[in-house]
Amino acid sequence: MPAPVDTPRGSLKIYLGYAAGVGKTFQMLADGHAAAQRGVDVVLAYFEPHARPDTIAQAQTLEAVPHRKIEYREKIFAEMDTEAVLGRKPRIALVDELAHTNIPGSDRTKRWEDVQLLLDAGVEVWTTMNVQHIESLNDQIWQITGIQVRETVPDGIVRQAAEIVAVDVTPDALLNRLKRGAIYKPEMVEKALSGFFKGSNLGALRELALRQAAHEVDLRQSAYDETRGFQVPRISEARPGGVVENQAKERILIHITADPSTAMLIRRGRRVADYLHADCTALFVHQTADLSQLPTEKRQAVEKHLRFARSLQIETRILGGAEIAQTVVDFARHNRVTQIFVAHSQVGFLERLRGKNFTEAIVRAAQDLQVTVVADRTRRQAF
Amino acid sequence: MILLAEISIRDFSPQSHMRAHVAGSPFAAYTDGMRVSELPRPSPERLLKQVQAEESKRWGAKLKIFLGYAPGVGKSYRMLDEARRRHERGEDVVVGAVQGQPSDEVQAILRKLESIPPIQIAESQAIDLDGILSRAPQVCVIDPLAAQNPPGSRHAHRWQDVQELLRNGISVLSSVNLLHVEEYKEKVQAITGKNTTQAIPKSFLLAADDIVIVDVPPDLCLWRQGEKLTSTGISNSQERQLSELRELALLLTAEVVDAQLESYVHAHGIEPVFGTHERFLVCMTPHSNAPAMIESGRRNKERFQGELYVLYVCEPGRSKRERVTIRKYFNAAKEAGATTEVLESNDPISSIVDFARQKRITQIFIGHSARNSWRDRLFGDPVLRLIRAAEGIDVRVFPH
Repeated sequence: MPAPVDTPRGSLKIYLGYAAGVGKTFQMLADGHAAAQRGVDVVLAYFEPHARPDTIAQAQTLEAVPHRKIEYREKIFAEMDTEAVLGRKPRIALVDELAHTNIPGSDRTKRWEDVQLLLDAGVEVWTTMNVQHIESLNDQIWQITGIQVRETVPDGIVRQAAEIVAVDVTPDALLNRLKRGAIYKPEMVEKALSGFFKGSNLGALRELALRQAAHEVDLRQSAYDETRGFQVPRISEARPGGVVENQAKERILIHITADPSTAMLIRRGRRVADYLHADCTALFVHQTADLSQLPTEKRQAVEKHLRFARSLQIETRILGGAEIAQTVVDFARHNRVTQIFVAHSQVGFLERLRGKNFTEAIVRAAQDLQVTVVADRTRRQAF
Repeated sequence: MILLAEISIRDFSPQSHMRAHVAGSPFAAYTDGMRVSELPRPSPERLLKQVQAEESKRWGAKLKIFLGYAPGVGKSYRMLDEARRRHERGEDVVVGAVQGQPSDEVQAILRKLESIPPIQIAESQAIDLDGILSRAPQVCVIDPLAAQNPPGSRHAHRWQDVQELLRNGISVLSSVNLLHVEEYKEKVQAITGKNTTQAIPKSFLLAADDIVIVDVPPDLCLWRQGEKLTSTGISNSQERQLSELRELALLLTAEVVDAQLESYVHAHGIEPVFGTHERFLVCMTPHSNAPAMIESGRRNKERFQGELYVLYVCEPGRSKRERVTIRKYFNAAKEAGATTEVLESNDPISSIVDFARQKRITQIFIGHSARNSWRDRLFGDPVLRLIRAAEGIDVRVFPH
């Protein structure tokens, strides 16, 4: 359903938490209810039916768009009825669980894709997600919790949000809610306590969520200042004596290979680039610049990595060159790159003896550049 | 404070601790290589927390603070709503002080709770400390936390009254604004022009059992203060100001959570948690381009709101001249806000990695070694050995 050309895009607000049960949905519904009482046209576009009693009570104060029922493997699943929401065209639509993957047979794979349609049609969307669903944090979450999160939201979608609200609660309060059976069904509680809700996981995830929220707030300040042409330094960035820092912009180059470690390299590069306000490019080098020359398996892996980089808004390049390390470094110099990101290559004794370590080759070739060897965070399992 | 000193002597005296445990152990050779003074020390915050915890844990009393970045975020409501829920679950809750003119919502909660009104002295108020102590509830609501007591009160500050309640086994729910945290007063004033004489020390926040940030978008915060509700996101200079306070408050809460995480890890003897917070470690050698590395460390620390360490591993027998160079770099490091450390060791790579693990470092900065001898190729260039040993930590190699 294409929107009229002059419809301004709807704005997005994300309630960010660090675990199930912190109260994201409740907060969103309460704010929605307050807005409705001010006379704003708010509807509940999607809401998990198996919620806590007080959350359900809060939901009942709002007009709801009926869910779409989809049959899959002889069971009925409820999904957001995006077309019905578009037909109703409210000013604000509340959509629970942004990271949700739709049941096969739905029109779109991910709920965030449905949300894009609503935004395009000029509907303001309020939604919920946990910090562990942010794509570029995936490896860090694995390192901290030992759990690999499979439902992720691309950083670019989070970046679209005009506003991020941190929903905070102490881990103690959260554990109490869990033990009272307010978050999961009783049979799930034990599993949760030994998994995501175990030991220091909650504290660590909470810290990540708070830092992420602070970072998102910071990015929006920069964007606001830029549109106004302000050049005020942040309080935190002002140098002693009030000297404003005036350093050249950082440029990060990510070296792409067919190796699976490339995915975490891309995520880490994206994250560091965001914090340093740096440009970010991904580069694949092979003997010839023509990908079709590669063996099928390798080509598919490289293509997958290039697509993944583009999905995180990283510009991608492919170059041909006999000496891979030298080609990467030459490219970096010509493009005034300040940091090259490479994965730690696992090489044996013989390769080392022959001086064939790629990491070493890059470091040696890049005398005037910084080389960051990104650790494989998934190898160091959490306790 | 006297108690604090006693604890540090009794439990953490590095000398007695080390000598007692190291002699004759299989790790003696390695640990002897480290200077005793460089062994992990508990931070003052952790010591203070330990003291407060020891005092109140005997009685199970807990302090929970609701932090807001500005008036109007709704922290009093969140706090009183928790008091109401606790009361409904059967806890013995009283209200010792409430802030300003309560809203209708807040008044509805207050009607359900028992209250011990503050004592009015001249122009100012103080909580009825003796009244609360003799009533001895399980939980007492004291809002706001940052208040000065009238002259002649037992304590100059309300947060000291709260300490006394905790020591007597009474849990406290309280709220505070970023403006009223001593260490943030100047920053908040620089942003908003607002000043205050009432403040609590940051160490008091760090020592609280629980801290919760009450976060709302700036436009909603302004709306509650009586402004027109604009839109979501930053759309005017007032929202821009609030947004900056909000970032500071989020980071302060993250810092408290991080300190709690560290205590938890210590108390349970489990492995440190990596990766919640960026921590940079600059490793210096006399030949590395230390100024560039320190400058980059400073920049990264600021951008990531992280922490910066600068480490020099001294191999025995290094010349005096090198030490002079290092001292010069250390001054630059301190100016950049880094924590500096010197370790003495025959095995720099292991010392660096051990130090990095202990401090939960996420990125190690090291200067590229210029040598390219057959020996390096055979046994491994030190930089590459470090990269292999630092599993789970990024290594950034700097040019000369």
